[in-house]
Amino acid sequence: MQNTISDRIADFLKKYPPFSYLPMEELQTFTPEITIVYKEKNTIVFKRNSAPHLFFYVVHKGAIGLIRQEDGIVLDICDEGDIFGLRPLMANENYRLEAKAQEESILYAIPITLFKPIVKEYVEIGNFLVESFASNTRNPYSNTHKGQLLGDTAQFNPNNSGSRLLDVQQVEYSSKIISCKPSTRIQTLAKKMSKKNIGAILIEKEGLPFGIITDKDFRNKVVTGIVPITAKAKAIMSSPVITYPSNLTITQAQMAMMKSGISHLVLTEDGTPNTNAIGILSKHDVMLSLGNNPAVLVKATKRCTQVDELKAIRKGVMNLLKGYLEQNIPMSLTSKIISELNDACAKQVIRLSLKQMDTPPPVEFAWLAMGSQGRSEQLLHTDQDNALVFATVTENNLEETRTYFLRLAKLITNGLHEIGYAYCPADMMASNPKWCLSVDEFKETTTKWITNPGPDEVLLSSIFFDYNLAYGSKELTDELASHIFKTVESYPIFLTHLASGALQNPSPSGFFRKFLVEQDGLHKDFFDLKRRALMPLIDAARVLILSHHIKGINNTWQRYEKLALLEPNNAELYLACSYSSKALLKFRTRQGLLHNDSGRFISLEQLNKEERMKLKRTFSSVKDIQEVLSVRFMTAIVR
Amino acid sequence: MFKKKTYPDFWNKYADSFDNGLPNLVQDNKFVVLDTETTGFNVKEDRILSIGALVLQQQTIPPKQAFELFVEQEHYNAETVKIHGILKRGSTKRITELQALKRILETLKNSVLVAHHTVYDVAMINNALKRNGLPKLKNKSLDTASLYFKTVTKLKKEELESHITLDDLAKIYDISKKDRHTALGDAYITAIAFLHILEKLKPTTLNDLLKRDGLFNFY
Repeated sequence: MQNTISDRIADFLKKYPPFSYLPMEELQTFTPEITIVYKEKNTIVFKRNSAPHLFFYVVHKGAIGLIRQEDGIVLDICDEGDIFGLRPLMANENYRLEAKAQEESILYAIPITLFKPIVKEYVEIGNFLVESFASNTRNPYSNTHKGQLLGDTAQFNPNNSGSRLLDVQQVEYSSKIISCKPSTRIQTLAKKMSKKNIGAILIEKEGLPFGIITDKDFRNKVVTGIVPITAKAKAIMSSPVITYPSNLTITQAQMAMMKSGISHLVLTEDGTPNTNAIGILSKHDVMLSLGNNPAVLVKATKRCTQVDELKAIRKGVMNLLKGYLEQNIPMSLTSKIISELNDACAKQVIRLSLKQMDTPPPVEFAWLAMGSQGRSEQLLHTDQDNALVFATVTENNLEETRTYFLRLAKLITNGLHEIGYAYCPADMMASNPKWCLSVDEFKETTTKWITNPGPDEVLLSSIFFDYNLAYGSKELTDELASHIFKTVESYPIFLTHLASGALQNPSPSGFFRKFLVEQDGLHKDFFDLKRRALMPLIDAARVLILSHHIKGINNTWQRYEKLALLEPNNAELYLACSYSSKALLKFRTRQGLLHNDSGRFISLEQLNKEERMKLKRTFSSVKDIQEVLSVRFMTAIVR
Repeated sequence: MFKKKTYPDFWNKYADSFDNGLPNLVQDNKFVVLDTETTGFNVKEDRILSIGALVLQQQTIPPKQAFELFVEQEHYNAETVKIHGILKRGSTKRITELQALKRILETLKNSVLVAHHTVYDVAMINNALKRNGLPKLKNKSLDTASLYFKTVTKLKKEELESHITLDDLAKIYDISKKDRHTALGDAYITAIAFLHILEKLKPTTLNDLLKRDGLFNFY
């Protein structure tokens, strides 16, 4: 029978996830079973600890507040298209929160028994509901509920795995063939290989591939003394060579190497040894083609002799990052690997810059990465914030030494710029004399900040205190770190200033969960993800960890994890913050990759409902942690 | 009383349901919100083409209990087709007027009838009943048009010139006008408007609500 009311419901639901994932026919199978519920303002939908309803709810009109009954705090407000009351769907438990109409509302009550089979059939729906459930309850670990929700028939959706089609991707091989004759002396051969930095050399006879010599042959046959160093190539080469056509796919190449137990394949014009060799494919090339091996990339950075070459590797790192995000690899792992790769690139830039200097450094030094890089939270190319600290020298040598390190720093910052790190607009870089100091000078500066904290000092400290040793002497950085901690201990009021600084960030959302966007300037009407959401969490973590005198943890979510251990009664909040900082960083990275920028400013219209919801769920942690700061450090007294 | 036996069973059942009184509190009552699409506005000559009805109870609307009926009619008025879009020989499944009345009475029982400009819908149904040899509806009724006037200030009332359409209500309460001028679509808009009006008036008892409505009831 024709029923315009259930059509009306279907039309509404299909606009919002997870229902938008469903085909219309599927949606229409259960819309006639949905009840329309009207709630007057301030009436209760369900109370805490009341028995689970047979329904969960979608807000059609109005707003429903989810309230923690102990203190009456509204944890979340669900507005049009939001889902709540999912607990009975996840677990057979009583409600934990109270749901109350903040204004008069119309709800769609969806029968749980009817919806369960749909959840099982559509993986995306299950995932979305878990996500939504977590967002309502602020429970970052609701993944544990996933199993119950999906039942044991849950299947991995191959379309979501983001796997790249390795089977059809062709290998890229080096076409610059280094070759010798069978009569070449092996010492000459070895010198040539070292010079070209290659692991295998082709032996040609009358222009055709005849044999191959790899590093392994030297080790097994020459160094062992079996073959004298004066022998010729013929004596140690493997022959005949195993040849393949050049249109080999990555998978074929891997299989060929495994089958023959070799690490190099010779590619010829027609794939037989009877035509010219056109390339050599090493295991290393295959790995690079696969692009999923960070170890290979780290190795590759070390081989770079010019900053130019590093640029190509950075591209590989970005591809890797994209792949990780697509495959939903946990953020903690992703950021660890990517940070390490970024770190390797930076280290190589420093090594190359050192080579360009006429003389080795006069004294020990350390290159400090600051800000997001120091916290291992820099996934995209963002600004470079760095400093250089060198060992204390006598007064007479001080300026001479600084001049040397400033020149070095200039080379390094240029190099970093070349591989994609923008110069710091505030010139907080080691090439600035203010940030190229001896360890004693740094101690002096930091003492000044800590004992006499104005807004500028607080800002500087908040960037500087997240430093991480990128290259050089660990002793120097340790010395500086213990100085800072000692000083903070004697001037606890500094923490209050730091906390107060952390609360200066503007709020992410206004009343009614509306995003607060920038009112003017270049990014008018955009949402400032960094300043409004990420920075408050990062700043709070720094203050709290400093107040516990914990050294050596720079990363924001690791700081929160540590805090959760230190203060078990606040563990839930800290873990939520840890989760939120990861989620926000991921979000920023995704946005950045999408728009090829730093991901800081977000156009809200371009976000879908799901993304907006994910973003909003992190805001409650921001607000809660700021409350903790203001109470604990009594920031009111310095404001 | 002695005539009772001459009516069909469904009427007797309907009439018997009135032996029970209505609950005192508004929230305990069952409301049937209905709307009719007709061949025109002449209560005597025009006929019901379609009836949409839904049940409203405990502030919920179960769509399963909602229905829309299309009625066979000989009388036809080409003028109103452009409003309701129901063709004389359309492809929709139709039932006889008597079958439609039976279905309506089964749903109504003694519940409170709600419509927009209720007088008109009730008159249309009563005339249909009469044609089929049955007495008039016995239900208490409420009109969203007159109830709405109780929610606004005197000044606003003058501005509205004592006429308020369902379109006006849809606009005021931000109700989507999807399916406007289908019987069930209009019944739905009426029902949601009715809920909003109740929220404004906050009547305690059903009698209170009926009394407030009564001032604007003309029959």
